[in-house]
Amino acid sequence: MSVFGIAAIGAGLAAIGAGIGIGRIGGSALEAMARQPELAGKIQTVMLIAAALVEGAALFAIVVAMLQAAPLEVVG
Amino acid sequence: MKNYVKALLLGLVVITAGFAYANPDDPQAENTDGGTVAEEKAPFNAAGHAVHHAMDAHEFHFTDGFVIPLPVILWTDNGLVTFMSSEFDHVDHGHTIVERNGMKFVKSHETIYQLEAGAAHSVFENGKIANGSKVWLDFSLTKNVTTIFLIAILLVFIFFKSAKKYKTNKDKAPSGISAWMEPVILFVREIAQDNIEGDKHKKFVPFLLTVFFFILFGNLLGLLPFLANPNVTGSISITLLLALFTFIVQLASSKKAFWMHVIAPPGVPWPLYVIIVPVEIAGIFIKPASLMIRLFANITAGHIIVVSLISIIFVNESLAWAGLSVPFTLFISILEILVAFLQAYIFTMLSALYFGMAVEEAHH
Repeated sequence: MSVFGIAAIGAGLAAIGAGIGIGRIGGSALEAMARQPELAGKIQTVMLIAAALVEGAALFAIVVAMLQAAPLEVVG
Repeated sequence: MKNYVKALLLGLVVITAGFAYANPDDPQAENTDGGTVAEEKAPFNAAGHAVHHAMDAHEFHFTDGFVIPLPVILWTDNGLVTFMSSEFDHVDHGHTIVERNGMKFVKSHETIYQLEAGAAHSVFENGKIANGSKVWLDFSLTKNVTTIFLIAILLVFIFFKSAKKYKTNKDKAPSGISAWMEPVILFVREIAQDNIEGDKHKKFVPFLLTVFFFILFGNLLGLLPFLANPNVTGSISITLLLALFTFIVQLASSKKAFWMHVIAPPGVPWPLYVIIVPVEIAGIFIKPASLMIRLFANITAGHIIVVSLISIIFVNESLAWAGLSVPFTLFISILEILVAFLQAYIFTMLSALYFGMAVEEAHH
């Protein structure tokens, strides 16, 4: 397999991880909002923060994939 | 505004936005062989284009006809060398040579190399220049640097105007630009209050405000195709600097309680210190590093997605695909606006959190 192929597979796996993580966060947030509608604002804020953190972890993997595929151009 | 003026502006927006992404005769093929430039039309290299749009550039490339060159400032062994980047003829394949003071420079992939003495033309090997070395002391005014100046001018202009409005509007509700800025400033101050206990939040609020607005404006400017998509916050050097500031401010304001938490975490049985203390020490460096990577990767990924979606039209070489590509790109651009705000908020909130941890009083 070519180098670029492996990098793309790695990036795809990272996207799966991000999807699962953020999906679960969204699901729990919706459940909590259904139980206590008056806290909906706070829960939404915390949900967005947690989603950004999980996405950060997934993007680590994407950056590594980018570094492998096109090392010179990434550090712009 | 009158209706026809609105229609005219909308038409201008749509047309220039379309031009700004179009770049048909850019010979940016990743597979150059032995130094010869491909004369026949190479297949459109979408990935190369996407990465090229996310990189820094030595000119403002609006369309192929309308390019604003930026000065190139190099510090070499023979002294300061300056010239306009138009001398490179706006090409990026590294074959146009500019001579100054007996030194030859070429530009390949937006990096400037100095050719060895006596080299007549640049020689490529695996896509990299083989007979030259990269100029490290490159102080050029590139697209990113110019955009940072633009952001600074915007911030100074907006906030000085708001502050003046407060002076003239004493004891009255804010009006004009200060009415726009006040909710956002209070929002950032609330971030500081939530994460830093007591009155200590006040000395961190100016830094957090600066960081928040710089990242926000940098992200939003990067979404404008009219400015040739300056990718400020998507440049890892700039996010490295922002994270470095957070790191320095955190360490400079750290109290003894913070270091005791790192070296001797409370409530942990002492045999576990062997594991926990190295992790805590690594955490001091990794937390700002994660700030850097999170912002860089989010913004760069967004830019690459937008350019790739527009490239659908060019890969298939038919304008009909615009019916699919433009709505997708519109949707992703709206998402990118959300990401711009969210990333600015997350960076600021995590910085405030780290400052709060640093100035936390020991509570035993």
